[in-house]
Amino acid sequence: MAPLSRPSFGASGSKTGTWRIFRPVLNHEKCVKCLLCWLHCPYSVIERPSDPKGYITIDYDYCKGCGICASVCPTKAISMVPEGE
Amino acid sequence: MVNIRELPNKKYLLPGETACLGCPEALGLRALGMALGDKAVIVVPAGCSTIIQGIYPRNSINLPVVNIVFAAAGATAAGLSAAYEMLGKDAVVVVWAGDGATADIGFATLSGAAERNDNIIYICVDNEAYMNTGIQRSSLTPRGAWTTTTWVGKKEHKKDLPLIMVSHRVPYVATASVGYIMDFIEKVRKASKIKGFKYIHLHAPCPVGWRFDASKTIQIAKLAIETGMWILFEYHNGVFRISPPSRPYADKSKRKPIIEYLKVQGRFKGISEEDIKEIEKWIDETWEWYLLLEKHTSSMLN
Amino acid sequence: MVLMALSGNHAVAWAVRRARVKVVAAYPITPQTTIVEKLAEFIDKGEMNAKMIRVESEHSALAAVYGAALGGARAFTATSSHGLLYMHEVLWWVAGSRVPLVMAVVTRSIGPPWNIWSDHSDIMDQRDTGWIIAMAEDNQEVFDLTLQAFRITEDERVNLPMIVGLDAFILSHTVAPVDIPSQEEVDAWLPERKQLYVIDPNNKLQIGNLALPKDYAMLRRSLEEAMNNSRKVIVEVDEEYGKVFGRKYGGLVEKYKCDDAKYIVILMGAWSGDAKEAVDKLREEGYPIGVLRIRFVRPFPINEIIDVAKGKKGVMVIDRSISFGNAGPLFIEVSSTLMGLNIALKGVLAGIGGIDVGVNDFTEIFKKFINEVEEYGTFIKRQEWWLR
Repeated sequence: MAPLSRPSFGASGSKTGTWRIFRPVLNHEKCVKCLLCWLHCPYSVIERPSDPKGYITIDYDYCKGCGICASVCPTKAISMVPEGE
Repeated sequence: MVNIRELPNKKYLLPGETACLGCPEALGLRALGMALGDKAVIVVPAGCSTIIQGIYPRNSINLPVVNIVFAAAGATAAGLSAAYEMLGKDAVVVVWAGDGATADIGFATLSGAAERNDNIIYICVDNEAYMNTGIQRSSLTPRGAWTTTTWVGKKEHKKDLPLIMVSHRVPYVATASVGYIMDFIEKVRKASKIKGFKYIHLHAPCPVGWRFDASKTIQIAKLAIETGMWILFEYHNGVFRISPPSRPYADKSKRKPIIEYLKVQGRFKGISEEDIKEIEKWIDETWEWYLLLEKHTSSMLN
Repeated sequence: MVLMALSGNHAVAWAVRRARVKVVAAYPITPQTTIVEKLAEFIDKGEMNAKMIRVESEHSALAAVYGAALGGARAFTATSSHGLLYMHEVLWWVAGSRVPLVMAVVTRSIGPPWNIWSDHSDIMDQRDTGWIIAMAEDNQEVFDLTLQAFRITEDERVNLPMIVGLDAFILSHTVAPVDIPSQEEVDAWLPERKQLYVIDPNNKLQIGNLALPKDYAMLRRSLEEAMNNSRKVIVEVDEEYGKVFGRKYGGLVEKYKCDDAKYIVILMGAWSGDAKEAVDKLREEGYPIGVLRIRFVRPFPINEIIDVAKGKKGVMVIDRSISFGNAGPLFIEVSSTLMGLNIALKGVLAGIGGIDVGVNDFTEIFKKFINEVEEYGTFIKRQEWWLR
């Protein structure tokens, strides 16, 4: 028995989506599919579509609502909306 | 230049870990994974990235990781690298260490590994304080910054660790920033193809420790370049070169005023005019030294 | 059988070479230096296929060989005194990681003031770390223990690191005949390295991230279980080594004339030889005395000591170090082992700082204290310093 770990989702012990105060919401019409949001999300919660014509999706189970995606989006296609709205 | 769509879609940092909102180290780890892929073995001394891994028996990093005591990262990586060489194993050993583990408590082991030219990539992920223990100053904290051990602002300047590593004349030294992720990924990939000691210093603005909104991490990182406060360069095969994102700011008149960078960070609130002047002098001097190095070493090319 | 005239340090180097160690990292400190120098010579001359990492400190030395061990290579380091103290936190990290690793410690006293000569302060300071710890009596045992260490540590019932101790200068630098088996003989006996796990791109494992208290405690308990398992592994390896190479030592302890003795002396290290000679002399004078030499401090030979001490009149423990504020550490451990048994117990602190203690000293010490018990029924003082 050694202090060995394995790669896992939820290594904090919980679904970090519960941390959110604001949630990112994507407006497809403004999105130009540049993938900058995907590139800059620190937590890998933005899913890059396998079809290059598709839109990104966000894993709300784990998204912490930091707002970096909205902040780097060149067309302001992502808005940070208060949770519960 | 790598295309964003060519980057692997595989998650190297798995969601649900413990990093703060807006964390540059989490972003950096993701980028590191995308840059190197499955050949990487990471050595992590005590710091934020220790905790970001989460709680045993789970781990958020989707790569082999050796956690090690604070002052031993360089040596541990050297040992791993030696074993892989002796056993014929194909692996890229990377140290992922904070500024504390690199510039302070682990300085000797960093310099030792560099001087021996151990075959590793050493990445210092620099959030400019001992963040994991609650924002205490390190030698890489800039002058004038508030920390819990410098309540009226740090008196000493930020130690120029990248230049110190260039002085070791190792095969590759580079500075990078989370604000220029593709540049960082390129530099990591380049380093992985070189034999010997490679050093990459990744500037990592920390929303919690620097006191800015979590969504602004990338903007702050870019502002550091635009004000000339952080300089992107590469030193490879004895040639020192300012990297393209920093090139415009070699001309001082093109740099945004330093105050633009300082005023958006709570840690510089109430900073004195004298400190600002001293910081500007220090930055100007740093640019002079770097540009001299660039001029001198490029003339050696021919 | 090839006899070479070797210092204890060179005996260590030969064992490391024979064990086909692949990575060595060490920082020089008197009196360990000649181990490292000899290994560097072997490697640089192509006689040993290994990499030497010339680290910048002892803390880095142990970290480097730890890294190498995790990566799957047999690795080795050596140190003494302050160097051992400097790497102390890494010792804990290595043992807790359950990775096999071997280290030689040339036991030297600790400053200030600076002192390069032998006592056991440095090695006794590591007892709590989870490392198996053994002490040799002579250069041959130094070689044998070092070679056996690779076998013991890599046993799947163990997976713990091990320290082989040898007294500064008395063994490290004194030349004596040592039988060095051939490479073929060792290859036939010592298998390829195996370990509980390896960290490399083929294994997506992470070692050492944060654990909650209960998980941590369970890991600690399993370490203790491994330490207990090592008891029988040590005996097995000793027996097998005896069959293959002709030298057997008795496992965790060596018993010398204990069976019919009424008084037992317990000690460890190079001076055990002098103690045995003193016992021989005293027996001629009718003193019923024997020596129980501790070979392994960890795991501590609890049952072996109880077995020998049961029914004896007195047990005297000679310590070559002191745990300030209580007593010599061996004495403390033996006392706790023998508590409840009706035996007179005494601790003697001798040889501290490298003071020479020989046959005549031991003869005097043993005689004095046996006479004490014979006359008063007990030792007069719990502990005494012998400062000749």
